[in-house]
Amino acid sequence: MARIRVNGKRQNVDADDETPLLWVLREQLQLTGTKYGCGINECGACTVHIDGLPVRSCMYPIGSISEDVEITTIEGLSENGDHPVQQVWKELDVPQCGYCQPGMIMAVAGLLNNTPTPTDDDIDAEITNICRCGTFVRVREGIHKAAKLNKGA
Amino acid sequence: MSKLTLSRRTFVVGASTAGAGLAISILSGCGGSSNDKPATSVPDTPTRSPSPTRTRSTRFDNPEVNAWVHVGVDDVVTIRIARSEMGQGTLTGLAQLVAEELECDWSKVVTEYPTPGENLKRDRVWGSFATGGSQGIRGSYEYVLEGGAAARMMLIEAAAKAWGVPVGECTAANSTITHNPSGQTVTFGAVADEAAKVAPPIDIKLKKQSEWKIVGQPVLRLDSEDKITGKQKFGADLYFDGMLNASILACPIRNGKLKKFNANKVKDMPGVKYVIKVDDTSVAVVAETWWQANKALSELPVEWEGGDKFSSTEFEKELDEGLAADQAFPGNGAGDLKKAFEEAERLVVSSYNMPFQNHAPMEPMNATAIWHKSRAGESCEVWCPTQNGEAAHAALVATSGLKTEQCEVHKVHLGGGFGRRGMSDYVSQVVNIVRQIPNTHIKLLWSREEDMRQGYFHPITKARLQGTLNGRGHLTGIKMRISGQSILSALMPQALINGIDFATFQGLLPSGIDPRVEDQTLKYDFPAFLFDHAMRNPPVRPGFWRGVNANQNAIYLECFMDELAKAAGRDPLEFRLAHLKKSPKLAAVLRAVAKESGWGKRDGLSRGLCCFYSFGSYTAACAEVTVDQSGQLKMHRIVAATDCGTAVNPQQIEAQIQGSFVYGLSAMLYGENTFENGEVQEENFNTFNSMRIADMPKVKTILMPSGGFWGGVGEPTIAVAAPAVMNGIYAATGIPVRKLPIKGRNLRKA
Repeated sequence: MARIRVNGKRQNVDADDETPLLWVLREQLQLTGTKYGCGINECGACTVHIDGLPVRSCMYPIGSISEDVEITTIEGLSENGDHPVQQVWKELDVPQCGYCQPGMIMAVAGLLNNTPTPTDDDIDAEITNICRCGTFVRVREGIHKAAKLNKGA
Repeated sequence: MSKLTLSRRTFVVGASTAGAGLAISILSGCGGSSNDKPATSVPDTPTRSPSPTRTRSTRFDNPEVNAWVHVGVDDVVTIRIARSEMGQGTLTGLAQLVAEELECDWSKVVTEYPTPGENLKRDRVWGSFATGGSQGIRGSYEYVLEGGAAARMMLIEAAAKAWGVPVGECTAANSTITHNPSGQTVTFGAVADEAAKVAPPIDIKLKKQSEWKIVGQPVLRLDSEDKITGKQKFGADLYFDGMLNASILACPIRNGKLKKFNANKVKDMPGVKYVIKVDDTSVAVVAETWWQANKALSELPVEWEGGDKFSSTEFEKELDEGLAADQAFPGNGAGDLKKAFEEAERLVVSSYNMPFQNHAPMEPMNATAIWHKSRAGESCEVWCPTQNGEAAHAALVATSGLKTEQCEVHKVHLGGGFGRRGMSDYVSQVVNIVRQIPNTHIKLLWSREEDMRQGYFHPITKARLQGTLNGRGHLTGIKMRISGQSILSALMPQALINGIDFATFQGLLPSGIDPRVEDQTLKYDFPAFLFDHAMRNPPVRPGFWRGVNANQNAIYLECFMDELAKAAGRDPLEFRLAHLKKSPKLAAVLRAVAKESGWGKRDGLSRGLCCFYSFGSYTAACAEVTVDQSGQLKMHRIVAATDCGTAVNPQQIEAQIQGSFVYGLSAMLYGENTFENGEVQEENFNTFNSMRIADMPKVKTILMPSGGFWGGVGEPTIAVAAPAVMNGIYAATGIPVRKLPIKGRNLRKA
């Protein structure tokens, strides 16, 4: 039994300590917005925030996570789907198949938490999610737009 | 030189005796149905379809108006979409077409997928469900427009009847019907019930394209919102009360079989419920959660038997042998090539390759099913992301042995498809699992490693090209020998014509011979040429991989065009245009990208061109690149132009063009699966890499629909992606790129 805090709620989770956070979110808590893509820290489809930092949830055994940290998933990023990144994503019609997008949005929101006005080089270094449909052009445009929106420009 | 000479007549005779649907069903990547059009009869019992993709309207208190349209009393318009949405935007585009003729309020439109079982029950009223070959819109626009128009006419007739006025005095716009002389109005929702009783019109006149209000507009997708909030349910996300989860392991050796496994070793692991043989080649663990199932599967002792100890390195020799073999299947040719070679001032020779590649959609293969078993009888239901609902249904029927009417498939949004989900192997597997464990929902999800091992891979080929130049630097003859794998011989042998796989020659086929392949024909006018194919088939199952054979055919021909131009001392743009005098449309897109990019500019960037015609669309690209002193590539920008004839949603076409570069350039940079001892060596994204945003060039899109035809959008641009960049590299280094993938090698070394 593990105790974690997800999207502002304390949760008691019945899972072996080695179960990755990804699968606890998806199978125990039914938070299926966080996706399985590779399971080996490569694709970023499982990106969530731990205390505002973007992390790959497939790499965190549930037993390693303190109950004091705040885990945020795509479902908890905003109350009404209106986080600046989500607003911009909608405006630019970024998603294609959409499977990688919750992870992409969490990675971008995490980047903006730490780097409010990222340069293209920052984006290249920090956004390493795989998108096979190929939404990268709009993702980059969206990041710059969301940064402006955040600043109230 | 091959001793075989092409007989154009052989091709004509062969092609004309081919089975139905060479172009449509072969390159659709889904095989499936030869009849793409829906039945003409309109069933008289309106039904409601389950599994809506969006559920904004809960007011299903009206019957449907017709198969395509339901209008609730709340005026919410539900448009039925038969093709699958996998990111390509077809769902929104098809809804735009129906809405255009329906004259409905676009802001009130939602969509839903009818089921394949219902399609069969209703005499295939929705036509083909197959989603491939860039056919989603161009293969169904006519009957979809008519479906919307028929519904509008029925709604108007119902309103006119209620008012007791002539139909001709009423018009519809924005979901409202107006009796023009009196000015009285009524909304669609208020007359939908009566409209359902109106006899469907026989004589349907469609609007002129100049009158379109929704089609041609860059409207936002209908399915974005849930994808942004994480609410969108993909197949991998399905959940039912009491559901169990399965992870599967099929024999990793090509064509090998399952010998035995020791269930005792894992049956007591947490959550494990069943360890079962699925079929002759695979075993699955069924557990409470997928994590538990997959963990137990990874510890399950399994023995395999038989199979081909195939090595892709060894197979290279067979490909090389094919490049020089005496015999080959002719695909296209004309003119006196023998004379061109005899009189050549200069002979240019080059060769290129295309490796095996997994489709690698982000969502691994999956399907969820339940086998209902009671005294009342049996039935089986499957929920799956599929590019071909009807093929999935057929696989369910065939595997289960149940009757058609006992089987149903519910389509779910796809987390990518790229051709892989036109196949139904995972459907058969889940049916074999639930047959053994009835009355329980079971979700079968492949691990990424399973998905990588059990692919239907992009076919492996090599090509050798020879070109002849005369003393004035004019191209007098060109010969292309393709050596390697045929998709059709593995997946649809009935579609071979006298042993020839004409799909191998995609984008290189002769024009004016068979209307079914007219959308995949060669547009260059060469004085003498021969394209032939030495078929060499490895024991690796090939698949229709987004773009299919146009991908490598464009690389082969278009990279060679640059080598020829250089040998002739001519400009690659001018050299191409000299052979495009009979194809003004392909010349136009090529000129457009050259102009926009500033072809010939001296700004430190090297430029590479490519143009190609496939899936009925004319595409071109100009890549702007640099190669540093250590031979590393930087792609700065790509200018792309597309003439797809008719543009339904320009911003979605732009998205498809941008995405096509990611798919095509990922292949060029990294895409390769190799085999040793019959096993795939790359099992995840750490060894089968895919492009990241840091690799991504800027993309400038020029959309230039010239009208009068409907070309594809989701695939054609992939063909021009790699060759444009490869030609840019050649311009930068003087060394042609003849080996793919690049995988970070020094491009300044030959």
